[in-house]
Amino acid sequence: MAKRFSIRQQTGFTAIAAACFVLLYVPIAVLVAYAFNESTSVSEWGGFSLRWFAAAWNNDQVIDASLRSLKIASSAAVIATIAATMAALATTRTRAYRGLTFKYAFINQPLMVPEIVTGVALLIFFAQIKIATGYSGLGYLIAAHTAFCIPFAYLPIRARLENMDLTLERAAADLYATPWKAFRRVTLPLLWPGIIAGLMLAFVISLDDVVITEFVKSGGQDTLPTYMLGQIRRGITPEVNAISTVFLLLSVVIVTLFFFLSRKRD
Amino acid sequence: MKVDGNNGAICVPATPGKNAIEVRGVRKVFGTGEAQVAALDTVSVSIRENEFFTLLGPSGCGKTTLLRLIAGFDFPSDGEIMLYGEDIAPLPPFKRPVNTVFQSYALFPHMTVAQNIGFGLEMLGKPRAEIDARVAEMLKLVRMEKLAKRRTSQISGGQQQRVALARALAPQPKVLLLDEPLSALDYKLRKEMQIELKRLQHETGITFIFVTHDQEEALTMSDRIAVMSSGKILQVGSPRDIYDRPAERFVADFIGETNFLDARIDSIEEGRAKVTLKSGATISATLPDGFKPDGEATVVIRPEHAKAVKDGGDISGVVENVVYFGTDTHVHIRLDDGETFTVRQQNARGAGTSFERGQRVGIVIGDDAAQILKD
Repeated sequence: MAKRFSIRQQTGFTAIAAACFVLLYVPIAVLVAYAFNESTSVSEWGGFSLRWFAAAWNNDQVIDASLRSLKIASSAAVIATIAATMAALATTRTRAYRGLTFKYAFINQPLMVPEIVTGVALLIFFAQIKIATGYSGLGYLIAAHTAFCIPFAYLPIRARLENMDLTLERAAADLYATPWKAFRRVTLPLLWPGIIAGLMLAFVISLDDVVITEFVKSGGQDTLPTYMLGQIRRGITPEVNAISTVFLLLSVVIVTLFFFLSRKRD
Repeated sequence: MKVDGNNGAICVPATPGKNAIEVRGVRKVFGTGEAQVAALDTVSVSIRENEFFTLLGPSGCGKTTLLRLIAGFDFPSDGEIMLYGEDIAPLPPFKRPVNTVFQSYALFPHMTVAQNIGFGLEMLGKPRAEIDARVAEMLKLVRMEKLAKRRTSQISGGQQQRVALARALAPQPKVLLLDEPLSALDYKLRKEMQIELKRLQHETGITFIFVTHDQEEALTMSDRIAVMSSGKILQVGSPRDIYDRPAERFVADFIGETNFLDARIDSIEEGRAKVTLKSGATISATLPDGFKPDGEATVVIRPEHAKAVKDGGDISGVVENVVYFGTDTHVHIRLDDGETFTVRQQNARGAGTSFERGQRVGIVIGDDAAQILKD
């Protein structure tokens, strides 16, 4: 039978795609499965049970770390999104000028600088501030997370602004809207999907961070990922699987929710 | 300047001689240094109250730049733009009682038709009741009452056009600017909207400044036309003036079809001249304002203002081609001096002279048919 010409059909493509999907999903499926293991092993099945979920729920350290993670992620995501929105407006609502590309790179610094470098730099920087001020609260973690979340919030917002018809803002100005009113009534409503996408990305990135958090946190400031890392060093029980499963579920729910929200607004 | 000082009756009677807009010595330069380009090169023009005024020219002639300067989306490098005697050139767009219909319509996609139309009034801080009444009135004016609750993405191009018009007219601007608003519509809809626009202008009594590159659109709709080229206004006049009495070669060439003939000026009196064509024939031609005689001149004659005849005529030549257009027939003639000349003859059923290729013909140039160009 004659095949219709298509550049999608190439030898080996299907196998490569299948291998990728296996690598992506099989380990996660195994991890989730063993969260429901009755025994204390993460590799030998001892029957179905919810005991590890109960154990995690009753573990004050887990709850404490989770709440701290959520607190940091929501604060950092909101601040980063506001900053990113302003940065995106400043870099798109302007004529191209020499140095604009440099400015993009400048804003997106966290995407280029290795996290470990940022971590060490922040450690030293914050240590001096800590000595000078005596403050050692969550502020450092929120500030650090905000900084590296900005590019993730910035990119979708900028993309949205760049695709927006500039004539709409001009039309608003023509119809007696001051710059602020034009932004509030025209730009912002059309920008929402980008802002929500940016917020979502920033939140998930912050929730997920290990490296920078590990360097910046003071004693007793474990987030969920750093707590899990600490636990694994002491030997793995399916409790880690259970926590991971809940963490995974939370991520999926957030992403799905925001995805539908942003589609609806479009 | 008060933005909301334009309330009152919709029908403003035209005050003869009163200028709505006066553009005085406006220059607009883009870029700096070596790369400097003058989009507008010292333009001055007065637009009368309640007039349908058209800026006509090819793309890049500066017509849209001039419109943007009047709207306030850009500021002149030099010169003044007076709106009823007040210089509005330095004001931002939201402080000018001037509204625009954009080429892409630029309707707000997240608002309904009615919300779009009410936007300007809302920004002016009008009370809700007044906005609602005015929106209803505008919906009626553009015959869109039934679609008030629709999203702008759910209506057709022609309907979007009407909403854009209603939105720009709702705040009762002193001047309405229209930036090639009909170019996105198909032929039939465009014809309909041309009539609609004339009706709206008549009913609202608002001064319209219309930008187009379509000479036919300009001729059919305008009270007066300014023909622009390379950042300059070449000629301002009624459609009839512009068509029958083009002052410059560009104007004659850009609008309609024209025959250009070289001539020598023999004598001048009271705005007219006797000229001798290359063929030796002597005809009478109209002089443009501000003409500086130097012996030589170019004469233009519209194809329908000349007549091809079998015998006699002012000049003669050989028929090169005959093209039938339904309403009329174009006869392309190679003159004896080598120039080409086109004659357009009205067709009538069963009557009229027919010409054949290769046939020798004469051309009769009417008494008031020839116009002398300045350049």
